[in-house]
Amino acid sequence: MRIYADAVIEGWRLLASGALDVWTIVLASLRVSGAATSIALLFGVPLGYWLGTRRSVARHVALVFANTGMGLPPVAVGLVVAMTLSRRGPLGDLGLLYSQTAMVIAQLIIATPVIVAVTAAAVSAVPRELRLQARSLGASPFHEMLLTVREARMGLVAAVAAGFGAIISEVGAVQMVGGNLAGETRVMTTAIVQFTRMGRYGHALALAAILVGIVLAVNVLLTAVQTSAERHEAGLR
Amino acid sequence: MSARRLMWILRTVAMSALALALPSVLAGCGNAARLSGTSGIEPTEVVIASTTSTQDSGLFDVLIPAFEKAHPECVVKVIAVGTGEALALGRTKDADVLLVHAKTEEDEFVAAGFGVERSDVMYNDFVVVGPPTDPAGVRRATDLLSAIRALAAGRAPFVSRGDGSGTHKKELELWSAAGVTTPTPDARPWYDSAGQGMGEVLMIASNRRGYTLTDRATYLSMRAALDLAILREGDAELRNQYGVVVVAGARNQAGGQAFFDWILGEEGQRVIGGYGVEEYGRPLFIPNAK
Repeated sequence: MRIYADAVIEGWRLLASGALDVWTIVLASLRVSGAATSIALLFGVPLGYWLGTRRSVARHVALVFANTGMGLPPVAVGLVVAMTLSRRGPLGDLGLLYSQTAMVIAQLIIATPVIVAVTAAAVSAVPRELRLQARSLGASPFHEMLLTVREARMGLVAAVAAGFGAIISEVGAVQMVGGNLAGETRVMTTAIVQFTRMGRYGHALALAAILVGIVLAVNVLLTAVQTSAERHEAGLR
Repeated sequence: MSARRLMWILRTVAMSALALALPSVLAGCGNAARLSGTSGIEPTEVVIASTTSTQDSGLFDVLIPAFEKAHPECVVKVIAVGTGEALALGRTKDADVLLVHAKTEEDEFVAAGFGVERSDVMYNDFVVVGPPTDPAGVRRATDLLSAIRALAAGRAPFVSRGDGSGTHKKELELWSAAGVTTPTPDARPWYDSAGQGMGEVLMIASNRRGYTLTDRATYLSMRAALDLAILREGDAELRNQYGVVVVAGARNQAGGQAFFDWILGEEGQRVIGGYGVEEYGRPLFIPNAK
């Protein structure tokens, strides 16, 4: 049990004293995963809405793709992005490999299918009659979408949390396309891998605790929004 | 199948395994003379603790089969870790023989009674690699230390291992010898610290059109994937000496001693000197046992 106790004590000492420069690493994580989630929402929500409201074979096929995408192995995404951005790859002239931009691209590819699938599920749960009624009252397709998305907002919160949670905890792809460069592309997950490999369990544990804390905070927020919505709906009935 | 019958089968299997293992434990690998001609004896295990770079170079893939052929009573198990951890495995007697590269620490290990004896066995070398266009002018430098100072001028990125490995320690030694304050990524924008293995660092240096310090074996094995050229080599300070140490009182000290004698002997040295010649046109490790 000594190994745990020592690591906890050392980790706490590092955090309290500020000796470990965790905040650069934490900020890099939040910046990269935050940007990737935001862009993924921009693409994922309209696509998810379209998939969730259409009744066609194309929709069925696309949903299968989105659900498969949720299980897309991040290392496979990392590999393809790394090859594409490498100096010898088709986009090598951009010189993007081993930058935060490359990490955002990889995480975007991982998060988008998750957001599409969760949005589609939430939107298809909204009663069809609502949209038909809106349309008969003269709503434009855009207004119809806003109305439906408003009704499905709980599902959207779930989509954000699922997408963000998937990528901030991911290590394989960001290691491959980011390179774990200190002060630049070193994020919480890659730093934890490095510290563990070097036998610095205290450092690794301090960062792991912060990572768990962030994922926990996201889910606490999510659950709070969901329960308040349920109460709201119960009040309406 | 009933539980009782299952237990019976398990017990029978366990007993037969024990019966097979017992004579081999008693015989012990390393006593080749005594065993010669004896048939039906299971070989015993020799544990070699070595470094990941030796493992990655592929040397063991030719060295171990050759040793096992010369000593059929031995089966080798290689544990590839860092030099520091390999010495720790020796101290706890979890390894029978060590093949590592930290001469000072190896001598201390033997002096403290953990090792029976130590000997030089082979060396490879570090090289400075970088973009073939050499923007920092490393090729033009007249000696190693001015080459290092040319890197510190910051005309191109330098990618450091940054992971406390033997190669990282060597790099820090060179900065210090050249009178350069140990660079940090915060203070020197051209200095990258990757905290990863040699292969990843070479890929990063290649993609960033930067420089790095690498062992020759890893560079040669990856050179087709890299846009990097060797810009400085052959200096005495870049030599990386490997030593072999027999662990005192290890579980299979006789086996460890057999490996020690074999690798320092004519055949072991010949296998080392021949490795890599076919593929790279020159050996990856130079044998230098006395």
